[in-house]
Amino acid sequence: MTNDIILAGVGGQGILTIAAIVGRAAMERGLNVKQSEVHGMAQRGGAVVAHLRLSTETIYSDLIAEGAADVVLGIEPMEALRQAPCLGPRGVLLANTEPIRNIPDYPDAEALVRRLRTLPRSVVLDAGAMAKEAGSSRAMNMVMLGALSPYLGVGEEDLRGTIVRAFAAKGDEVVQTNLRAFAAGKAAATRTW
Amino acid sequence: MSQMLLLGDEALAQGALDAGLSGCYAYPGTPSTEIMEYVQASAEAAGRGVHRQWSANEKSAMEEAIGMSYAGRRAMACMKHVGLNVAADGFVNSAVTGTHGGLLVAVADDPSMHSSQNEQDSRFYAGFAMVPCLEPASQQEAYDMARYGFDLSEAERVPVLLRLTTRLAHSRANVSRRPPRAPNAAGLPGDRRRYVLLPAIARENYAGLVARQDAFLQASENSPFHALSEGTDRSLGIVACGIAYNYLMEVYGTPEACPHPVLKMCQYPVPRTLLATLVESCERVLVLEEGAPMLEQMLHGPLGPRPQVLGRLSGHLPRTGELTPGAVAVALGLRPPPAPRPEEPLLRQRPPRLCEGCPHIFSYRALLEVIGDVGPGRVFGDIGCYTLGALPPFDAIDSCVDMGASISMAKGAADAGLAPAVAVIGDSTFTHSGLTPLLDAIWENANITVFILDNDTTGMTGGQDSVGKGKLEQICTGLGVPRDHVRVIVPSARNHEENVRVLREEICGHDGVSVVIARRECIQTLRRRSRAG
Ligand SMILES: Cc1ncc(C[n+]2csc(CCOP(=O)(O)OP(=O)(O)O)c2C)c(N)n1
Ligand code: SF4
Repeated sequence: MTNDIILAGVGGQGILTIAAIVGRAAMERGLNVKQSEVHGMAQRGGAVVAHLRLSTETIYSDLIAEGAADVVLGIEPMEALRQAPCLGPRGVLLANTEPIRNIPDYPDAEALVRRLRTLPRSVVLDAGAMAKEAGSSRAMNMVMLGALSPYLGVGEEDLRGTIVRAFAAKGDEVVQTNLRAFAAGKAAATRTW
Repeated sequence: MSQMLLLGDEALAQGALDAGLSGCYAYPGTPSTEIMEYVQASAEAAGRGVHRQWSANEKSAMEEAIGMSYAGRRAMACMKHVGLNVAADGFVNSAVTGTHGGLLVAVADDPSMHSSQNEQDSRFYAGFAMVPCLEPASQQEAYDMARYGFDLSEAERVPVLLRLTTRLAHSRANVSRRPPRAPNAAGLPGDRRRYVLLPAIARENYAGLVARQDAFLQASENSPFHALSEGTDRSLGIVACGIAYNYLMEVYGTPEACPHPVLKMCQYPVPRTLLATLVESCERVLVLEEGAPMLEQMLHGPLGPRPQVLGRLSGHLPRTGELTPGAVAVALGLRPPPAPRPEEPLLRQRPPRLCEGCPHIFSYRALLEVIGDVGPGRVFGDIGCYTLGALPPFDAIDSCVDMGASISMAKGAADAGLAPAVAVIGDSTFTHSGLTPLLDAIWENANITVFILDNDTTGMTGGQDSVGKGKLEQICTGLGVPRDHVRVIVPSARNHEENVRVLREEICGHDGVSVVIARRECIQTLRRRSRAG
């Protein structure tokens, strides 16, 4: 089993939080993990990409081969579209619709969402709204993590366990909100292609 | 022992701690910063009293590490690739003095220039200084090489350069630890005179360094990190250096699936016998190396190019930038060159930018107004978050070359008649390399204004403390800038008019050296502090 996931977003959005939770859960399960991150210049509100690889076998490359990703998880729509060509022939695109308009020439957001929906095996969701419904718009990343969960070789229980531990210090209320957000994301992205 | 999920930088740091490190010395720089940050966060390091404060720059970090090694303890100096240019004097000469306690010089290269001005390859520096060089292919090797490197350094009495590249430095993987070992006790070297590089002593040391090249070569021939695998298809042999080995394996899936003989090369000097075994048994050789085509150039020789040698110079791989699994597959003829991606009309560039509310924004707004009066082309910039002021909507700086160059270039340009000239420099960059050129400017009373953007931190690399904290005015007046031409402003929207007035007075109204310090904390560190309570 190998999962090759590309996470895409804008600096400061927290793609590394998602990657860290999945990576930790996978390691605790005894899987091999490689997780390539972005630091430095690229973080200042620019486009950022992280590669996350999980496998029962030895993982060699820190980078996912071009055109071979199983999943692109875009927590920003234009960044999701930018990375979509990295997907392999059976790859799944998971994209959040909420734009980060930190450039003057940001494209028409509705056109972006329409474009994302035309791509094969794409799940386009308003993770911000779903997080709000779950109790806090700050749980947007957990909605996206939930959306990713059906495509991972890491059990849901392991992921939920890691979420509980990651937020335990902030109290039960926060933990429950994040678990609800996770469940909502999962329900929205569970499909058969 | 337990498994950990560590960045390459962190694996190296943990490896060094477990190998008995006593002092980590560094100046931040992507992608090397997390080595020191890991040591700083380590409870073990705290318990053992391992040195782990940032230094003013890479040169002082390097020399402090040499001092700790002299006193018998294991020391590591960490920096990004261009930092080694700054530290080069100490580094090259530490090969001549030799070491006492183990001395590792960890340098992280940045091919593709994700966060750098160039993609220089530090392996050349190891060859230049005639010291061994290690190049891990994985996070586990980064961990293991720390101990191996200290042992090699202590056995051969020579500093050892450990070269990382961005993808390894900033990628996490499972790492297994080994039982930690105790640090060395402090003690003087038996032959202290070798640290006095007077010509007579230096000549003797240097001859010794030259004589030990064979031993370094032997160590490399016997290195546990190389691996030579037989292959059935000898029409091509492959040499894969460091992380390039991973891309090769990615292409084939497993070592057994690769039909060609492969030499995984992770230590220098180049292991001659191993390399000869591969080269002589194959019709052609493909060289995969991250960074410069160093080994490939050696194989071509000065009379090359030789048609049997393939790599970045022959055009089989891109001449610049990072390797990727795809590029390696193309070089092997297993995949066609990538077709240009179909145009996606909805995509836009999203370059990095200053954070919303960043104090630099207000500094630039005020500066731009004054530059409007004196004409463009005279603002010499430097390296840090504020370099983003070169981009729209500011277009405020005209240069960014290397740390500290804003002040020296402004002085040089003023010498040429481009006066007034302005240097824009961050507080950390100022204490890194700005003091000495400022002294030059004061000595000659050059007509320049130094605009120090003091956000109380090293913002670009994630907010490390800067060694000049709270002392910038004293430093400037102490160096000789007249007291009434060291001005302090607070960069904010509310102060705009006042700030323009101060800048105008110093830039346009004063013929000589002046300093304007724009002081307001980076909003990222401010936020972090208020969150921490
Ligand atoms: C020789 C060298 N060392 C380190 C770096 C990495 N680096 C780039 S900018 C910077 C410091 C920036 O701090 P400061 O000058 O205070 O500006 P700020 O980012 O806070 O605006 C560092 C360490 C470099 N480019 N060159
Ligand atoms: S990190 Fe700090 S200094 Fe850098 S852009 Fe953001 S606010 Fe400005």
